[in-house]
Amino acid sequence: MGVPRNCDKMGSQDQILKGLQAWAGQFYGADATVERLVRLSGGASQETWSLDVEQGGKVVDLILRRVPGGVSVARNSEAIGLGTEAKLLSCAEGEVPAPKVVQVFEPDSDIGEAFLMNRIPGQTIARKILRDDIYSAARGRLTEQCGQALAAIHQIPPEALPDLPKSGGLDQLAKYETIYRDFNLPRPAFELAIAWLKSNRPDAVPPVLVHGDFRLGNLIVDETGLAAVLDWELAHLGDPREDIAWLCVNSWRFGYSKNRVGGFGDLDELLKTYQTAGGRTFSTEEIDWWEILGSLKWGIMCMIMYEAFRSGADPSVERAAIGRRVSETEIDLINLLEKRA
Amino acid sequence: MHDAPSQKEMITAVKAFIDETAMPSLTGHAAFHARVASNVLATVLRELDIRPSAEAAERQRLAALLNADSTASARDLNEQLCTLLQRGDMDLTTPGLLEHLKTTTIDQLSVDQPGYSGLQTD
Repeated sequence: MGVPRNCDKMGSQDQILKGLQAWAGQFYGADATVERLVRLSGGASQETWSLDVEQGGKVVDLILRRVPGGVSVARNSEAIGLGTEAKLLSCAEGEVPAPKVVQVFEPDSDIGEAFLMNRIPGQTIARKILRDDIYSAARGRLTEQCGQALAAIHQIPPEALPDLPKSGGLDQLAKYETIYRDFNLPRPAFELAIAWLKSNRPDAVPPVLVHGDFRLGNLIVDETGLAAVLDWELAHLGDPREDIAWLCVNSWRFGYSKNRVGGFGDLDELLKTYQTAGGRTFSTEEIDWWEILGSLKWGIMCMIMYEAFRSGADPSVERAAIGRRVSETEIDLINLLEKRA
Repeated sequence: MHDAPSQKEMITAVKAFIDETAMPSLTGHAAFHARVASNVLATVLRELDIRPSAEAAERQRLAALLNADSTASARDLNEQLCTLLQRGDMDLTTPGLLEHLKTTTIDQLSVDQPGYSGLQTD
């Protein structure tokens, strides 16, 4: 965090372009130019920019991930910093399909806290991946590829990893229960889920690297299947079943509810390929506990986003509207708990 | 008090303005927020239709489930239910509980997100 040293000169596209141009001149040679710098998304957490470097007739496709304004401020308490995210991508290199980090910029650089990675072609929009004909072959392979990628993530040796927060299922349950209670908006379906999760605790397994947000939207998919795993900012040390179940949460099936894995696959197949690729053996039943936790977490995350409206912090109609999506997770919880009644 | 135009008529008029006039002339973020605004008004219109009878039925079910006073508000009764669930005095095995929660949530979704995939039963 710290005091923003270069606060006044950061933020505008021209300044970022200038900083990137200076870097490209050193990294690729004096005749290298930065072209087509475009802001792709403006999340509250990180900025994403697309750019090309041209040099001697060659074009390098890059993505810049940057802390908003180039300066870290208090952010989602769960999110790891950009520097840690870049280190994680390096750990994943060769093991998991992921972008390759090209350059890390320190907080006091002209660009601010940021890193560059290679730009991988493909699609991230879930509904297109699940619906469009050009991805039909990809859909057929995606379950196996996700099982392999998850097994690879979970097998990265902990000693190779940067410092990461530790968060198991019960830690998360306690954390989200506290947030939910602080809102003072009682929801019986959530109470039932919280009580059930507490009285049906899973056996502990050794902690592993958990991606934390492994689902369509954060995966690049091309015509042949999984091309890259993105958005590692919620990574932590925890339970491998968390990642497997998060991919199964109905909200991440994007309307294709019958396919438990991400709207495209079957959980038995995912668990089988996960195990074949060196992951632990899990049963579909034990994924239920984590899927219930996942739906509960997403429901409370929607309440958090609505709270930003209720508190006046973000008066947008979109923040108000998301409060009316909490009931989606309530029906998902009831459907899951019904199987256990 | 007068009700011409009624709440529904006024909201319908604003929604039509957003859909037919405002949205087509907007781009990018503003167009996205206009669509969200239109969806919010659609939610309000559904709620005007559905909430009165759905909430009355919810209160009756809650009063029966809790053996409580049916003149209490839905909020009070839901708070009581939450306390019992938190203490473990009611759980998945409580007769009628899951059916009540399911009916209530289906009614809520028919207002909030009538197209949600979780409403489909296998």
